[in-house]
Amino acid sequence: MEAPLNAQYIRNLIMGAHGIFDHIVHFYHLCALDWVDIVSALGADPKATASLAEKLSTWPKNSRHEMKAAQDRLKTFVNSGQLGVYASGYWGHKAMKLPPEVNLLAFSHYLQALDYQQRINKVVAILGSKTPHIQNLAVGGVANPINPDSQSALNMERLYYVKTLIDEIGDFIKNVYMIDVAAVGAIYADWTTYGAGVTNYLCVPDMPLDTAGTKFELPGGYIANGDVSSFKAITSFKDDYFKENVKESIKHSWYKGDWNRHPWEEETVPNITEYDRKGKYSWIKAPTFKGKPAQVGPLANVLCMFAAGHKPTVKYATGTLDTVNAVLSMLGSSTRVSVNSLHSTIGRIAGRAIRCAVLHDALVSQWQALIDNIGKGDYATYNEPVFPKGEQMGFGFHEAPRGMLSHWVVIQDGKIKNYQCVVPSTWNAAPRNSEDAKGPYEAALIGNPVSDPEKPLEVLRTIHSFDPCLACAIHMVDTNNKKKIVKVRAF
Amino acid sequence: MSPHRNSSKKNCPESANKNSATGPGQSSFNVLVLGLGNILLSDEGAGVKAVEELQRCYDCSGAVEIIDGGTIGLELLPYFEERSHIVIIDAVKTGKNPGTIVRIEDPPAYFRDRTSPHQIGLADVLGIAAITDKLPRNITLFGIEPKQLSTGLTLSTEVAQNLSRLVDMVVAELKTIGINVRAKNK
Repeated sequence: MEAPLNAQYIRNLIMGAHGIFDHIVHFYHLCALDWVDIVSALGADPKATASLAEKLSTWPKNSRHEMKAAQDRLKTFVNSGQLGVYASGYWGHKAMKLPPEVNLLAFSHYLQALDYQQRINKVVAILGSKTPHIQNLAVGGVANPINPDSQSALNMERLYYVKTLIDEIGDFIKNVYMIDVAAVGAIYADWTTYGAGVTNYLCVPDMPLDTAGTKFELPGGYIANGDVSSFKAITSFKDDYFKENVKESIKHSWYKGDWNRHPWEEETVPNITEYDRKGKYSWIKAPTFKGKPAQVGPLANVLCMFAAGHKPTVKYATGTLDTVNAVLSMLGSSTRVSVNSLHSTIGRIAGRAIRCAVLHDALVSQWQALIDNIGKGDYATYNEPVFPKGEQMGFGFHEAPRGMLSHWVVIQDGKIKNYQCVVPSTWNAAPRNSEDAKGPYEAALIGNPVSDPEKPLEVLRTIHSFDPCLACAIHMVDTNNKKKIVKVRAF
Repeated sequence: MSPHRNSSKKNCPESANKNSATGPGQSSFNVLVLGLGNILLSDEGAGVKAVEELQRCYDCSGAVEIIDGGTIGLELLPYFEERSHIVIIDAVKTGKNPGTIVRIEDPPAYFRDRTSPHQIGLADVLGIAAITDKLPRNITLFGIEPKQLSTGLTLSTEVAQNLSRLVDMVVAELKTIGINVRAKNK
């Protein structure tokens, strides 16, 4: 069945805005603190910080006063004994290499990013009714009524507000986020040699541009063994290349049996046994594409889109690498980076920034497409679905912020008979598969330096670079020792 | 937030005070009631179950927003802005018997020692709210001691038996703040 054009555009806008939100939060609020020493920022000279920022970007909020204000805020916070949220960071760790001024610059952008992530998330909330857990999706389209003249529908006022939010975030992505990532990448250029792990990259095309979902704004496909020239496109939902080649193994997972099956043929029957490194040791199944583990996520997406010759991706990937090389040159380093440097821990962080810029361009074009289509008098957002009788097998895929997501369903006479989600963190955090090949996390950690085994910051750097899913963690207040207990059950 | 799910078999308390409505006039308050937790991990979801019960059984005046915060992190931040009070309900480990309820004022104090900068949970959001001056002055945490945190959709008997008492305490807290809370007439 098909979805109306407006529904495709609205879904695409939500996907793009959500991806941008997620990437910005990942860099500034989840992973930057692996690289940025906030305590060191206290000793920075705000004037020197501003003049450094001036060399890197035209962002108006890089002034000496902004830097001073951020530093003062940090000082007040630290002096009140409330390092709180930052207290367990590895401050002063010898793997921290940014000069105080870069740390202060990053901290000031950390604060600014709190504001910007919220703004782009408003796009998700406006179009999806709320965030997280949007409410507007429907089989056959979306539940947003469009009426340019109604106060109670998606109207021009709302749509132009969305455009304002899109424009604001674009300035932040291009003048702040991409620059910061390039600067951090240049100073930590040694991290382009660690953390490559599994270099089979898988992603799917996304943002359908027609009602049948056969053409896409963003291409997808598969790259084997880190060889960009091996790229093979996944062209559409109907492409057997994707459909036939996804399998999951449970040889090392706590489920009953030992099999390697296509998602439609799978079952999920938990069978918890001892933690046995040679046997079963994980709740995560081991997905494979063409029988091999694959890395998914923004880097996989960027490398595949780059290989496909997707123009915005080529532009932003080349631009980011050029900025890194310019910073390296400023630093007097003879090191230079290229596309091959992206197969690394820092490459995954750079890939996310590049993808964020690509998503922003897509957001602008999807917004325009929606406006143009409404301008033609097309207000349709929903086609009533008809569910056929008998056994139906289907799947959906989406290039989610953490990577390729696919859901597989078997429907028997209108009832779900089997449902399997093969999600991004499952691909990346997979245990060994049926042939004992390592998953991306495990492979990426091999060869990582760990300068202080008591403070394995470098391990965090590599694992965090994948943007692990966190909603499965338990967070609990413990009144006894006044410490919060964090137990990560699964990624 | 999901509509009322009659997951709790208990009845709501008698609406004895149903005529005690005193009308509006609480415009100076802006209260957030936030239930936290993962309902897939049995007692870990007690906070969420409590706000569901609160909504099922009580009408609050417009000055209160009740949300199921689930397991989200940073996305809670906008909900903290411009509040006069935040009342958080969550599973809290006190070392006492399962089902024990505690009331903690100034919960950020409990997070001052050590939290993770990498897992954005309640502690981190409170920390970030503090550094950006978005933390309201009045924060109260109602905690209930969990018994089990294993995979499962139902609360342990101990926690389930104390859930309505937990909700009653939250209602009493809201009344102390000055909110007009009425038991639903069912």
